[in-house]
Amino acid sequence: MSLPGASGTTTPAVETVETAGTGRIVSLLAPLVAVLAAFLVGGLVVAAIGESPLEFYSILFRGAFGSVDGVGLVLFNATPLIFAGLAVAFAFRSGLFNIGGEGQLYIGSFVCAWMALQMPAAPAVLLIPLLILASAAGGALWAAIPGYLKARFGVHEVINTIMMNFIAVALTSYLVVEIFKEPGQMTPQTAVIPMAGELPRLAGFFQTIGVPLPNANPLNASFLIALVAVWLAWFILQRTTLGYEIRAVGHNMSAAEYAGINVRRTLVMAMLLSGSFAGLVATNEVMGFRHRFLDNFSSGVGFMGIAVALLGRNSPVGVLFAALLFGVLNTGALEVDIFTEVPRELILVVQAVTIILVVVGNEIVRRRLARGRAMGCPSKEGAEAS
Amino acid sequence: MPEKNAVEMRGVTKRYPRVLACDGVDLSIRQGEIHAIIGENGAGKSTLMKILYGMVRPDEGSITLNGKSLTGHSASDSIRLGLGMVHQHFMLIDPFTVAENVVLGIEPVRAGLFIDGRTARERVERLSSEYGLALAPDERIENLSVGLEQRAEIVKVLYRGADILILDEPTGVLTPQEVTELFVVLRALRESGRTIIFITHKLNEVIELADRVTVMRDGRVTGVVSAAETTPAELARMMVGRDVLLRVERREATPGEAVLVVNKLSAVGRKGTHVLDHVSLKIRSGEILGIAGVHGNGQTELVDAITGLHATSSGNVTLSGTDITNLRPRTIRDLGVAHVPEDRLERGLVPEFTVAENLLLGHHHRAGYSKRGLIDVAKMEEHARELIVEHDLRPADSSISASHLSGGNQQKLIVAREFDGAPALLIASQPTRGVDIGAIEFVHTNILKMRDAGAAVLLVSAELSEIMTLSDRIAVMYGGRIVQEFEGGTVSEEELGRYMTGAAGAEAAVEAEGTAEATGAAGGTA
Repeated sequence: MSLPGASGTTTPAVETVETAGTGRIVSLLAPLVAVLAAFLVGGLVVAAIGESPLEFYSILFRGAFGSVDGVGLVLFNATPLIFAGLAVAFAFRSGLFNIGGEGQLYIGSFVCAWMALQMPAAPAVLLIPLLILASAAGGALWAAIPGYLKARFGVHEVINTIMMNFIAVALTSYLVVEIFKEPGQMTPQTAVIPMAGELPRLAGFFQTIGVPLPNANPLNASFLIALVAVWLAWFILQRTTLGYEIRAVGHNMSAAEYAGINVRRTLVMAMLLSGSFAGLVATNEVMGFRHRFLDNFSSGVGFMGIAVALLGRNSPVGVLFAALLFGVLNTGALEVDIFTEVPRELILVVQAVTIILVVVGNEIVRRRLARGRAMGCPSKEGAEAS
Repeated sequence: MPEKNAVEMRGVTKRYPRVLACDGVDLSIRQGEIHAIIGENGAGKSTLMKILYGMVRPDEGSITLNGKSLTGHSASDSIRLGLGMVHQHFMLIDPFTVAENVVLGIEPVRAGLFIDGRTARERVERLSSEYGLALAPDERIENLSVGLEQRAEIVKVLYRGADILILDEPTGVLTPQEVTELFVVLRALRESGRTIIFITHKLNEVIELADRVTVMRDGRVTGVVSAAETTPAELARMMVGRDVLLRVERREATPGEAVLVVNKLSAVGRKGTHVLDHVSLKIRSGEILGIAGVHGNGQTELVDAITGLHATSSGNVTLSGTDITNLRPRTIRDLGVAHVPEDRLERGLVPEFTVAENLLLGHHHRAGYSKRGLIDVAKMEEHARELIVEHDLRPADSSISASHLSGGNQQKLIVAREFDGAPALLIASQPTRGVDIGAIEFVHTNILKMRDAGAAVLLVSAELSEIMTLSDRIAVMYGGRIVQEFEGGTVSEEELGRYMTGAAGAEAAVEAEGTAEATGAAGGTA
């Protein structure tokens, strides 16, 4: 017997698009939900050690948002994380996992300081752009080595970038202790770079527009460079032929090869650019804040970049927001340390919990979507058949 | 109805957030029949089978299996009740033997600790000989042909005591001979009283093998007919909802100058084997050369060698007189070679890219789309809009990612992209694999259109009917060589099949070099 099917069924293809649309919203919400869940778990931990979670969070947010100075510190703390996050995210778009941000930012910073010390008489208009380029070039160089090894010999970039981290830390340490140490000082650091190479602090600017950012606030023009870098990363990925090729390689290497894209060259280029972003951390650390290279200055900024990129779902704008969140947590941690019995390490716990929940949350969302697509979308059988 | 029904599904409905996958489906499978379920991609066949198997829970409806009513059953429940599924993609462990694979998960155990290898072998042997499967229990899966792998899957299901077998698109990967042999096995299984549910989209097979057919479209059953009383045309109409051209109209070819000349081309594969062995062929503008062959006999490498994706070891390839041997893929593309790859998801698309971005793949660096290293987004969108309209891509939205398209529309996207810009040589590899009848009609019509517009076309397909419908000349590949060439329309499927399996090509293989020469010459004068 046959069932006469009444006409008027929905057009499946159109429905699928809507599913995709809601999927996008869900995937944007996922990090937010994860962050809230992380705060909840963090609160439980605070309660477990006998402190008030409410007080903990109110002090934390007061530290970050309670004053103009606090907000300035948030932006300052976020700046290196933006660069480090962009480095990881950018490489990831080509399918490479750049764990070497830490090493790349050390080399970038050292090259920046060294270059500045070589040109004591250069004017700012020349020196500042030059130092920015030097920072990027230093990071690029350090990333290009594992990039080349990956492209040429297929050696896994994770191992090589980690190894390059050790080398970078040791190398810069050797250079700054043995060769370039500031004369007559015990601290392993270079001499102060020329004034012309310093990036201006933003306090003065904010004061002229009526925002009372104190002169002591370390927020400097490097933050603006970071914003430009976010735009640049987006622009390269979405608007240039190279970015198109980087994304194609990252998503589907055999399709990229099929389309005539030089995969090896693209991988090396992606690593070069990724390293450049990491190297730009120097604009904040060397040009904007310390005005010299200090041995071992980075407390794992390069590694935090991995978390930032993850939380930001490897999109430049996502990285910006993720870095700001970590900036809030870092800034608030200081206040928590001063005003409560809660150890500031707890902030690290909250950060770590956030990352874990985001990873898990992403996975849940992804599976949800995949399942919805598999079952709800008419392309399933076609996909299976191919 | 004298027979008892093995499977009885009534009013089965499954709603997904936006799609009604199954809409009040009734399905009756009689005990001991071969029952085909046909329908286009997305018609709901797979969902229906998953519901029956217990992998998906229906929203409404009742299911009776071997007389037992099932509610909220799991896959292990249905296996216990005698249901077995032979998946389209084999679930076998390559380095294990046939026997080891068959008993996996329910191994016969000796002394409570050791796998009883002998018992396992004996049982496999018994099942194999009972149905004429000719399976050696100790052979490793990796050494088996696809047809034998499928038999191992069938034995696996039988070993678990299945008396109702679901076969999901079982013939897609088989040669014509293997299909014939499979049908013999399936008929033997029917004789032994087993029930077979056969999911397919190949209409001729349905008519040849099945007792009854259930046709589905858009989640509904559009017809249940006896195979003996129907025709492919009628089935196609029920599947698609309109009359379909099962065989496209083809005019005589009017070949022009030689475009592609492949001369004694050899290549070495990953394992150091000669995957291409002195292959020579020639295609003129305005003609289609079809390459028939069992998958894995060098067709993939031939296409890759021509397009610069696989390095060659000797011989050469020229395109309209220009030597393109081992040039970069981009250079070869830019010289006018378009390529519809055999695996659309692996190579043809970047699934995460939007439709517009995918339509640019391989052209993205060209002037007009790229200026001083920047992608001209406006041009890209305009290009996408044109191709979407021209090729009726659905949905007509250039901003969704290609992974959200149906398989047929993904293939149309690739065809739209590769056929664009009047290529001199068009290479179409498995151009209709896994796509709907409607899309097949579209692809075939377009390939012929390209030919008539003067392109040289190299068609590689495992689908013999496709090769025979479209090709002006047919070359058979076996073991990395072209073992025989025919004029289109002068050869039967069976004869091609014999060359494809090496049976008829034995004498050709002996005259190794000579044949390659002769084939090249024949190609030249044909």
